[in-house]
Amino acid sequence: MQLVLERIEQKVAAQTYLYPLDLTLVPGAVTVLLGATQAGKTTLMRLMAGLDKPTSGRVVVDNTDVTGVPVRDRNVAMVYQQFINYPSMTVFDNIASPLKLRREANINSRVQALAEKLHIEPFLNRLPAELSGGQQQRVALARALAKQAPLMLLDEPLVNLDYKLREELRDELTQLFAAGSSTVVYATTEPTEALLLGGYTAVLDRGELLQYGPTAEVFRHPKSIRVARAFSDPPMNLLKGELSGDAVLLAGGVRLPRSTSNATSTNVTVGIRASALQINASATTIALPGKVELAEISGSDTFVHAETAVGEVIAQFTGVHQFELGANITLYLQPDQAYVFDANGALLSAPIFDSRQ
Amino acid sequence: MARIELDLAHAYKVNPLRDEDYALLPLKMTFNDGGAYALLGPSGCGKTTMLNIISGLVKPSHGTVKFDGEDVTALLPQQRNIAQVFQFPVIYDTMTVAENLAFPLKNRGVSPQKIKARVGKIAEMLEMSGQLNMRAAGLAADAKQKISLGRGLVREDVRAVLFDEPLTVIDPHLKWQLRRKLKQIHSELKLTFVYVTHDQVEALTFADQVVVMTRGRAVQIGSASDLFERPQHTFVGHFIGSPGMNFLPAKKTSTTLEITGQRIKSNWVTPDLDQFTLGIRPEYVTLTDASDAGAVQAVVTQTQDVGTYWLITSTVSGHTLRARVATHQPIPKLGETVHIAVLNTHTCFYNNEVLIA
Repeated sequence: MQLVLERIEQKVAAQTYLYPLDLTLVPGAVTVLLGATQAGKTTLMRLMAGLDKPTSGRVVVDNTDVTGVPVRDRNVAMVYQQFINYPSMTVFDNIASPLKLRREANINSRVQALAEKLHIEPFLNRLPAELSGGQQQRVALARALAKQAPLMLLDEPLVNLDYKLREELRDELTQLFAAGSSTVVYATTEPTEALLLGGYTAVLDRGELLQYGPTAEVFRHPKSIRVARAFSDPPMNLLKGELSGDAVLLAGGVRLPRSTSNATSTNVTVGIRASALQINASATTIALPGKVELAEISGSDTFVHAETAVGEVIAQFTGVHQFELGANITLYLQPDQAYVFDANGALLSAPIFDSRQ
Repeated sequence: MARIELDLAHAYKVNPLRDEDYALLPLKMTFNDGGAYALLGPSGCGKTTMLNIISGLVKPSHGTVKFDGEDVTALLPQQRNIAQVFQFPVIYDTMTVAENLAFPLKNRGVSPQKIKARVGKIAEMLEMSGQLNMRAAGLAADAKQKISLGRGLVREDVRAVLFDEPLTVIDPHLKWQLRRKLKQIHSELKLTFVYVTHDQVEALTFADQVVVMTRGRAVQIGSASDLFERPQHTFVGHFIGSPGMNFLPAKKTSTTLEITGQRIKSNWVTPDLDQFTLGIRPEYVTLTDASDAGAVQAVVTQTQDVGTYWLITSTVSGHTLRARVATHQPIPKLGETVHIAVLNTHTCFYNNEVLIA
């Protein structure tokens, strides 16, 4: 289905929840709404679903204006953060409910197939309360999928689960989305989750839609510092600099060889993703000597917070590495891996990426 | 400060018969004086039960708890001389920050000069010196939790400080600062710290020694790199890292080695067992080509551009094998047959879930 939002705006009393925005969702694909809490993700989803009517603007589905058409008259499936199921119905009846409502055929086999896909087959005769949190959310997801709605909206569906369960369920969902034909909208606060889901990403920040495009492209070419901030975890290192010929001068007298055309002012911000800082030098890298503030270990990666000549930075290394607090460390940067933003925060130049697929 | 020794089991049921009847299966464990320990595992693994047994909130159904050789099993929490920090701030809103920090000392009749010196020191460590005379009521949640931490640390004579998911209420971007504080404080005060969490980042970053628990059993005690490089149990390999370790079944005869049924020509030394499980992390497998006789043949089922690397999911004779591939390497296509080398210095071998080589 084709969902188009035209100059959508949402105000509640004097407060603006969403500034006027245009968004044409890519049909049949996953669109991630990425942004911190209060960015407007839920507000936007409620407008898409028809739970709320926008203050101004139009919602168009397959060339039909549906602005103001309530949710019950639209074909939409929703999954929320909280595990919402019918408490007095068995797992089977929960999943079957949208099918029964529409008096559809083959209910039994369709529920079985979905339960199998989501690994809740053994619990079909139990009540939701008898299941763990992860299993309860699987039931809610199965019910939403059973509906086979052309539009499926998921509002941070995995946020209340522990990280191993999230990993597992996210994997299953990505595969189910890919196999289905629904247009899926998935809200999250986590950049890594957006990248793992793939598809397209719309970056929201304080009620504004900042950028929409293929997820990896938005990640690699953020239009502005605001997008880069919202789409980096750990945070992108942002350093004030001054353009001087074919280099940017950073704090502590560090010179970053990097030319940018079309800058209107010499004041710039250099953005360095944590993964661009390396522990090994090469002929073209610049050195940033410093001291370790803390090494955070995530299991698969080590995040080193270091105080350096250019200011405090975070570096990301694959695997587990031990660093003592206060130890000396030198981080190396390939100059062409830095972003340069102008005085207004707009992207002047992005790193050069190889596309090898 | 104390060395804590556990030699116990705990069942909430009266007559435990099977393994499932135990919240904690029989275990022997020593927490060394001045060490920083984390108890890590999914919900229901027994970590909170263990913490409550150390604090005295729960009396073990079998066995003993010793502090420096003295049996404290029958002692109440208040008789054990321990400090506890909980998930949510436990402070007096009507008191100032200084009065809150002084409270545990005042209660024990410590002299005013000593109280002043100690409160000053703890406030400085927590960077709260400027807020000492402010009322606690007006502070933000993370500042309140810092006071709770300070109250846990203020007494020099405590035998251990026990933390139960203390960073739950802290904003994600502030968490690393508190983790750093806790690490600094631990190296300065040399108190015995025991820290319960389900978050691998928190456990691996904070503790010198992490106790990984599942289904009432402590399956490994080790440093972050021990857990990453040499998981003693397949659960640890799976639980630590995102995604976790790959596991493939292997068979051996006197002349051949089969991995998932594929015959492998390799001189790599493997265990002297007919059947075992091979474990290797996605970070340590390499994409190679048909000429590599030591590689398994796999079919790519999913490719994810995670921005800073690619995650390639494949199936090897029905088993999932994931590889983390650097962005500058060639990325295989969906459905492509690839060759993946799984034998190197990082490969682990398991028999009945336990590391054998």
